[in-house]
Amino acid sequence: MAQALKKDTKKQSPSPRGKKSEAAPAAKAPKKIVQLTAMDLAEKQREISVSEFFTKNRHLLGFDSPAKALLTTVKEAVDNALDACEEAGILPDLLIEIQEITETRYRVAVQDNGPGIVKAQVPKIFGQLLYGSKFHRLRQSRGQQGIGISAAGMYGQLTTGKPITVISRPGPGKPAHKFDIQIDTRRNTPVVIADNEVEWTPAHGTRVELEIEATYKKGRHSVDGYVEQTAMANPHAQVTYISPSAERFEYARVAPELPKAPQEIKPHPHGVELGILLRMLHETKAKSLRAFLSSEFSRVSPAVADEIAKSANLPVLYSPQKAARTQAEALYNAIQATKLMAPPANVLSPIGEELLIEGLKKQVEARFYAATSRSPSVYRGNPFLIEAALAFGAEHLPADEPITLLRYANRVPLLYQQAACAVTKSVIQTNWKAYGVLQSRGALPTAPMILMVHIASVWVPFTSESKEAVASYPEITKDIKLALQDVGRKLGIYIRRGLREADAEKKRSYIEKYIPHIGIALQEILNISDKERDKVCATLKDTLERSRS
Amino acid sequence: MSENLVPKIKKEAKGVEDQILRRKKPTMSFPVRSLANVRYLVKEGYFEIRGLKKERTLTVNTVKTFAQTLRMMALSKTLVETDDLATKREAYYVSKNWGDARFLEQTESDTVMDDVEALFEVNREQMGFAPEEKGGDVSGALVVVDKDPDTGKTIRIDCTKFGSGAYSIPISVEHLKFETDAKFILVIETAGMFQRLVKHGYWKKANCILVSMGGVPTRACRRFIRRLADARKLAVYVFVDGDPYGISNIYRTFKVGSGNAAHINEFFCVPQARFLGITPQDIIDYKLPTHPLKEVDVKRAKDAIKNDPFFQHHKPWATAMEQLMGMGVRAEQQALAAHGLNYVMETYLPEKIAHPEKFLP
Repeated sequence: MAQALKKDTKKQSPSPRGKKSEAAPAAKAPKKIVQLTAMDLAEKQREISVSEFFTKNRHLLGFDSPAKALLTTVKEAVDNALDACEEAGILPDLLIEIQEITETRYRVAVQDNGPGIVKAQVPKIFGQLLYGSKFHRLRQSRGQQGIGISAAGMYGQLTTGKPITVISRPGPGKPAHKFDIQIDTRRNTPVVIADNEVEWTPAHGTRVELEIEATYKKGRHSVDGYVEQTAMANPHAQVTYISPSAERFEYARVAPELPKAPQEIKPHPHGVELGILLRMLHETKAKSLRAFLSSEFSRVSPAVADEIAKSANLPVLYSPQKAARTQAEALYNAIQATKLMAPPANVLSPIGEELLIEGLKKQVEARFYAATSRSPSVYRGNPFLIEAALAFGAEHLPADEPITLLRYANRVPLLYQQAACAVTKSVIQTNWKAYGVLQSRGALPTAPMILMVHIASVWVPFTSESKEAVASYPEITKDIKLALQDVGRKLGIYIRRGLREADAEKKRSYIEKYIPHIGIALQEILNISDKERDKVCATLKDTLERSRS
Repeated sequence: MSENLVPKIKKEAKGVEDQILRRKKPTMSFPVRSLANVRYLVKEGYFEIRGLKKERTLTVNTVKTFAQTLRMMALSKTLVETDDLATKREAYYVSKNWGDARFLEQTESDTVMDDVEALFEVNREQMGFAPEEKGGDVSGALVVVDKDPDTGKTIRIDCTKFGSGAYSIPISVEHLKFETDAKFILVIETAGMFQRLVKHGYWKKANCILVSMGGVPTRACRRFIRRLADARKLAVYVFVDGDPYGISNIYRTFKVGSGNAAHINEFFCVPQARFLGITPQDIIDYKLPTHPLKEVDVKRAKDAIKNDPFFQHHKPWATAMEQLMGMGVRAEQQALAAHGLNYVMETYLPEKIAHPEKFLP
């Protein structure tokens, strides 16, 4: 115990807290105020690398607790694997293995049958933060920033000292390479510790292995739940999962073909902020403002470009690189004031009503299923679409507890920060009572029901980099509610039909059951004959069956 | 009265049959059994039933209860005609022969029985149904004159001769006669307090008759005390816990009857009863240890002040209830033991009984 404490204090001393303790004696003797010059301060001022920043702020990336770290690591590796397979047009076949080393240390391996990675790119993809193919484009994909897997690698390195191991074969006949990679957190650059050609059976694909400090729990918020929910939203993937307790889960492929490939689009002018516009102006290769606007953005024709330039009081042949802040601002305001076509929306890849229901059926046996897949809408110039599906009367779910809400963004399950998410808020704000489902004020509805909500977008607005909750843009919450109302109506029809049938059945059986007793009682009291008794019963039965109540 | 019952049942059943044969949905109307349907007759001293009725129409939803009500009426007719008695529990078991119309719990059959009883404005004993409940215990200077059930010979029961036990009030008390020189009847809520007073012969010292109710008094207990007090012109003092349950449920029901069985309150009330304690003021005067009022207590007290005609009429009672709620506490009668086990006999009761004029109405 004492040793552990010592270790702790040692660890802490070079951290910023150490500085505080140096300042403490000065506070005791207030007269000796040390005056620091700008020069002195300048000595302490230096660049902070992205990796250093995230080393200290790992909670921003989803590594705030050991349980969450395990999930985040698996999630980032699986996101990448699925994205890679789909981009290469390969039906994904995933193997997820988690091995317990000790109770607080696990080895995670995720293997795909994707296109593999070219040898030269491997170190940067896994050993450098903010390096990737997805940040600079607008296209529906699971990963967005290029932080995920390298952050997981850094977390492993930080907690266990072990490098990230990558095996990849970029195609049949090509050699498979095995890398051990670490991150130089100061410089945010990869350090390749080992790079060997190895024997590896698969014809193409990538395997990533990380050793991290983590804890494993069962349940919905754990890796188990994440894998199950991933399989539900990716019916075209075959997933094998071997849990830390050595259980093997096979999630079979339901859809025999890949979903429609999402397309990359250029940014829509209405979604661009001033700073980004300024950067784009300076970086473009276009020679004129007209060419810049019509080539770098979607939905801007040369004619529309001229209209914007005119309203910004700039010549159409103005050289974009010369633009200063004033010109950029004039252009920005002109863009906002110009009516533009909505961005192309058919670039998204929905799961689809049929596969949503298939996915639900695969995981849960229920009495009623419904799904809806809405046509795309736009928030801040980004196209998005909402899908919702539900399984009602699920057998293993209690009837008197809140529903199970499964949230997805670009087919990735969101497991944390449920309350902060636009999806949850929209579910709560929807009036479920109208569909025959119980709901307390300000709460999720109460029913034995699983509700799935999926948002697909070229850029999903998350509330933080750890991608756990969708931000509440009014356009998005509006569309979520419309999707919920749609599945809700379908559910309402089912529930009401069920109630009506149950009512009619109850009526029939009640009449059959109890009318004879009225006859018996009247016979006992009034001493009437059997014939008279039967007449009373028959007449009463007839009267009741004719009445509606 | 029970001779009139059979024709009454027949008339009601005939009405149902006629309506059915005329292809109408039959209806029966029952008196509403709640405080909302009683008025407090101050001079006579009890809750009298008012005319509110609830119509029960035979529909798909009520067909079960309707059938059960009619079968209960048929059972009652048989019992009266054969001069037999069935306990409420036995009646519940008889229903087990009714197939789908059987009762699943005794509370269901009790409710139907109470409805039928109110419908014909009779006492359930007159319908051939006897309560299961114990009547209450009696000890003290009283001789009960009863008849031997086998020989019909008069027997005299001396309530001083039960040692540490007590005389048990029978289910039917109409035929009893009483001999006593006692000055008053002390009616006690808990068996524990009754035991203490019996064991130390308090009735000798105070020249009284002790009766233990064991919670809300049964009809037999109320009727017994009523007949005894009327016959011998005795004062009746009630000694219960100082909480809304003791005051509102036990004492009020004892004195003026209940909303649930309002049609028989006239006979099953004890209007001469006075409230000895524990009063809210006693809690202060005698520095009694207390417990906080539970939520259900507060609800009961508020309900009494707002809806109970008894509390609405007796201002001192409304004030006392308000006082109790203001204090936010309750005290059990056995809390007096905090001042010594026999404090209740040596100090509390003598002090109280010396001033009956101070008792709450």
